[in-house]
Amino acid sequence: MEIVYTIWLRSMKRFVRSKSRIFGSIAMPLFLLVFLGLGLNSVVNASSLGQDYVMFLVPGMVAMTVLFSSIFAGLQIIWDKQFGFLKETLVAPVSRLEIMLGQTFGGATTAVLQGLILMVLSLFIGLRIQDPVGFLVALAFMVLVGIGFTAFGIAIASRMEDMTGYQLVMNFVIFPLFGLSGALFPISSLPGWLMPITLFDPLTYGVEGIRFGLTGASQISPAVCASVVAGFAVAMTIIGAFLFRKVSV
Amino acid sequence: MSVAIQVTDLTRRFGDLTAVDTISFTIEQGEIFGLLGPNGAGKTTTLSMLSTMLEPTSGTAEIMGTDIQKDQDGVRKAIGIVFQDQSLDEELTAWENMDFHGRLYRIPKEVREPRIEKLLKLVELFDRKNDIVKTFSGGMRRRLEIARGLLHHPRVLFLDEPTLGLDPQTRNHLWQYIEVLAKEKNITIILTTHYMEEADRLCNRIAIIDHGKIIALDTPQRLKDSIGGDVVTIRSPDSEKIAAALSASWISHIDKEDDEVRITLANAEQHISTIVTRLNEEKIPITSISVHKPTLEDVFLSYTGKTMREEEVDGKEAMKMHFRRRRRH
Repeated sequence: MEIVYTIWLRSMKRFVRSKSRIFGSIAMPLFLLVFLGLGLNSVVNASSLGQDYVMFLVPGMVAMTVLFSSIFAGLQIIWDKQFGFLKETLVAPVSRLEIMLGQTFGGATTAVLQGLILMVLSLFIGLRIQDPVGFLVALAFMVLVGIGFTAFGIAIASRMEDMTGYQLVMNFVIFPLFGLSGALFPISSLPGWLMPITLFDPLTYGVEGIRFGLTGASQISPAVCASVVAGFAVAMTIIGAFLFRKVSV
Repeated sequence: MSVAIQVTDLTRRFGDLTAVDTISFTIEQGEIFGLLGPNGAGKTTTLSMLSTMLEPTSGTAEIMGTDIQKDQDGVRKAIGIVFQDQSLDEELTAWENMDFHGRLYRIPKEVREPRIEKLLKLVELFDRKNDIVKTFSGGMRRRLEIARGLLHHPRVLFLDEPTLGLDPQTRNHLWQYIEVLAKEKNITIILTTHYMEEADRLCNRIAIIDHGKIIALDTPQRLKDSIGGDVVTIRSPDSEKIAAALSASWISHIDKEDDEVRITLANAEQHISTIVTRLNEEKIPITSISVHKPTLEDVFLSYTGKTMREEEVDGKEAMKMHFRRRRRH
């Protein structure tokens, strides 16, 4: 446990020190929220959503922040590989599993913190948190999304030699995951053939779960969301740990 | 003296490339042992295997009696390592890098903190302890890495090209640290280098390694003696008379080439005045005279028939081909 904590602690120190990275990863969802949310608010038919479009968008943007930050935190392993720091941890008398778990929890924590910052900023454009329990539900979903996607990032990073594949991962993995998730629109408004695809996207359940916590309304039952996202987090941690075991420098 | 490292027929192949080819050697405790050879000779691969970062294809090695394959954690606890490439976290401070290492090796806080302080003072970085490593120069980073490698009190310290890319002044400074360490803490040090002076100055014994094989292993002095001693080169218009004028038991060999005569002998400094006196007596004019002490470069040349630089080109080609192959897989 102390090793997991040590590696988590390093992530925290780097996080606190990297002001530009924090701002950079929040800027995109914040701009989307302001431009899309406020811009489309009056155009989008609010009746099918049960709320304002901008309020519909907030959980999606929180999920987006957690998604991007956590995958980026997982890919951190590649930087550590390139800058040599990974060797320092790999040659120490500690198990690969401890290193991987430390990295996962560290990444998930930073991702959740960034999601929370966005949530706080959303208060200024009208987010009203219904009740403390709802907030905790949303937080729990953010943690699970964070763990799942950090582990996912580590799994990818374990198979990548350097950052050259980064754009590929961004465009063909992360962006589709985000786009199909119902973060920007209700999944029920998609054509019938596209709908099943969104149900294969684990982020869909994360977004819906966070949405349920923050606004009390969701299109998928929260219990289903919880089990899918939790299952995803566990599966990714196992896969990530397995692939990370084989990393060599 | 007891054995610190025992290497037996250690081999590592990458595809068709044999990077390390059935090498065997023994290192005593407290020794500074050098692996000298051109880039691509197999030094780093050897170190990677000894530090459990790479599995050997065949052969075994024991570090402080612990087998490198059977008990990896046991070996890892016993060794400290300074890698050829930097391995610090640049966004953390010097202290935080040390602290991270101490925690990874499960050193309790009350031991860890005073020890970090002591080591940072040893490498003269204590007053920079709260500065981010990004702001450090190459030499400072190297010193910090050495301090970090010592934090968990390793019995054996691996230094992979410890002074690569450093300026001569910093290099000298680091050599002094390494000497002090070996003496005061009785740590066994195994270092790789392709700097001849470094190996000569620091190491008790040197293994010259080329194409994955050890081609010579001895003390630096004996390696140099093994190729026949010092050389005095005399140029003279009457060079053909020199050989006849000089005959003494301490001269092992005389070569003549045009107006140049090369005299191979032991302890050139002691005998040079005798040589000059004899030639004066015989009225043989001297255009120039020079003394050349053999270096490890000469040793390398005499064992391989090539200079280190020529070998480096070969080694790099081999590595490139190896990486190309690996990528295709």
